[in-house]
Formats: sequence, structure tokens, C-alpha cells
Amino acid sequence: MQQIINFFIRNKTFLLFLLLFSISIFLTIQSHSYHKSKFINSANFLTGGVYESVNNISQYFGLKEENQKLLEENNNLKSLLFNAEGNLEIDSSYGGSYVLTSAQVFKNSYSASNNYLTINKGKKDSIKEDFGVITSKGIVGIIDNTSNNYARVMSILNTNSRVNAQLKKTNHFGTLTWNTNSPEIVQLIDIPKQAPIQAGDTVITGGRSTIFPKGIPIGVVLSYALDDTENYFTIDLKLFNDMTNIGHVHIVENKDAGEIKKLDTRDE
Amino acid sequence: MNNAITLNSIRFIVLVLVQVLLVNNINFMGYINPYIYILFIILYPINNNRMLFLFLSFLLGLSVDLFLDSGGVHAAASVFIAFTRPLFLKFAFGMTYEHQTVKINTSDIGQRLTYFMLIIVVHHLLLFTLEVFNTSKVLLILKKTLFSSIFTVILCVLITVLFSRKSK
Repeated sequence: MQQIINFFIRNKTFLLFLLLFSISIFLTIQSHSYHKSKFINSANFLTGGVYESVNNISQYFGLKEENQKLLEENNNLKSLLFNAEGNLEIDSSYGGSYVLTSAQVFKNSYSASNNYLTINKGKKDSIKEDFGVITSKGIVGIIDNTSNNYARVMSILNTNSRVNAQLKKTNHFGTLTWNTNSPEIVQLIDIPKQAPIQAGDTVITGGRSTIFPKGIPIGVVLSYALDDTENYFTIDLKLFNDMTNIGHVHIVENKDAGEIKKLDTRDE
Repeated sequence: MNNAITLNSIRFIVLVLVQVLLVNNINFMGYINPYIYILFIILYPINNNRMLFLFLSFLLGLSVDLFLDSGGVHAAASVFIAFTRPLFLKFAFGMTYEHQTVKINTSDIGQRLTYFMLIIVVHHLLLFTLEVFNTSKVLLILKKTLFSSIFTVILCVLITVLFSRKSK
């Protein structure tokens, strides 16, 4: 017994090192699996608060650009409105199920292999996990963690991110992933080789996920190749969104998500 | 003694804030970021309580992780270099370290550079290995380590030169 205690006392530094090191490795491994990185994230009051106060200052520098973006979006919406005159009936069976909330991005990263954004809406604004996040140009990511006032968004530039996507002109579905090489280019995998693809084709979100509504733009096809099994295409997409420069975002809530999920899991 | 505690606590807070709010937004060429917060570990007094030093390094890495949403990679790399620091010191400063008389601020520039480079390269290598976490991307890890290390070394040397008090 004496010897065991002596051993601990002699090696206390090494043991402390082992303990702290294994805690960090444990946290690292957790952060590499989807929905498990609960403890260490920037959606807490301390980091969120620091980011918020800095953002209060730095947002002034981007005001001109933000105005330009808003103007463009208004322009698009107005042109839709004028051209659709008379046909603006809202289909109550379909149109009413998505609720949008606007939010501001505090922190955005794109150089690591698992990137996250922090936004200024949280549980108080009834934001929950698995809500989609988009801008006027395209998709950004999925809410992955929330605190009272802040939420963390898993960017599509994250190796854990899987988003259902499809070609705009046909209904061939695939999965959106990222190979960490460039923040402008993402990969669309599992598109069957029968699909007629050309460089320049537009890719949009597919309606199969309960997170995003169908038809949100993602990017255009840059290049494509068959994967190792020769059955599916792996496609490089150029994003419409500039992921390195995101100011304001919209959070999309699908009010029917719970109902759809319940149906899906019923026979499992 | 009291002076050293204040100095180190201020250094801790300032370095974390500068790292996450300023330096991490550089993204030179898309992915090259210096990690200057490890200056805290580099410059921590040498005749120290090692348990406390390890714990502080862990805390330092963890606070950076909190801000950057990176799980525990910074904590792991920081604890590792904090634990192995005596080796680097011995390698870089040789006999003077054995006699516990090293003062990093007043040491020879060549010795100081060796020490900085060793500790930074080891830190970055571990950091990016854990961050990428994929053995098939060894080249990416090495590329990131190389470029970020160069950047960090330059910045760290500049900062220590700028903020060193004129003793001698």
C-alpha cells in the first residue's frame, strides 16, 4: 500500500498530464462525431457574450456590403412579386409549414476541418437543434447546439455535415459532404450514374430531409467523376454562398418535422 | 512573486482574446493561421510548480477550444508541450538550464529561436493531427503544420522582441 502511494506521489506530474491529456483527447473524439460535442462549444454565455460585444463594433464595418445584399434580395423579391401578379395564392397545405427567423452571425470559421458558426438567437427565440440555416444566396448549415441566447451552427464546411441535395433539372438525389480542401467547393456524392450531369448545372436542396425546404440553391457543378464503385458520381460544386463572408442569416424551422419523423420511425 | 502572478494572468487573458478575436481571422491563403496563445507556455517562468503549470496550460487550451469550437485539440496540444517543455529547454539552452538560470528574455537569439521553433512545431503537429483526425490526409497535416509554424514563429519572435523590457 505504502509503495502504491509512493508511486502516485513520485509520478504525480506525469499522472496529472495523463489525466488532462486524456480529457482533451476524449473531447476531441467527441467533437468528431455529429451531435455529441455538448460540453465544449461557443454557444455559451461567456464566449457568446464576448463575441457579441466585439460584433457590436465590427458589424459597422460591413454595413455598406450588407445594404447592398439587402437591396439585391429586395430586387429579386420585387421582380418575383411583379411577375407573379394575380397568381399569389398561398397553398395552405404546403406553404404554411416553414417559419423563418433572422439572426446575426458572431463567429464564422472556415479554415479548420470541422467548422462552426455562432449566431445570436437561442432557446429564448425558440430555436432548437436541427433547424436549417440559410442566407438569401444559399444554404449555410444546421443548428447543432443551443443555449439561452446563442446557438451554434454546424457549417456545411464540416466533415460531419450531411445534407440531402438534388439536381435542379432532374430528381436525382445525393448527399452533400465536404473534403476540407477549399471553403468554396463542396462535394455531392451518391448521385446515380444515370443522371445527366453537365458542368454548370445548378444543385438545390432536396425535399427529402425534414430540415430544409426543397429548392434552396446550393451551388453549380464544377466537375464530376465516377467514384470507385463506378456506380455513382462524385461531383465538385462551387457554392453560391461565400462562406468566408456571412453576416445575416435566416433560420428555417419546419413545423412538420416532428410529425414526419414520427411517421418515418413508426415501422422501424 | 506577486508581480509574476499578475503578469501571467494578464498574459493569459490577453493572449486568449487576441488569439480568438484577432489572429484567428487572418486565414492567410485560406487556411494559414498563427497560434500565438502558446507564448504563455513558452514564456512561463522556469522554476515553477509543474502541476500548476500543466493545469494552467490545459485551461489555456480549453478556453481557446471553447471559442473556436474545436473540441479538445488545443487543450491536448497545449498540455503536451507544457509537459515536454523541460526537454526543449534542455535541448535549446543546455547547461544554463541545468543550473536553472535561464532568462528567456535575455538569452542568446539563436538559442531562443531553436527553443521557439521546437516547441511550436511540436505543438502545431499535434494540433493539426488531432484536428484533421484522418490518417489518409498526412500531406494536408504536414502542409498546415509547416506554414502555420513559420507564421507563428515569426509572430512570436516579433512579440517577444516588442514587449521585452529593456533590461541589461
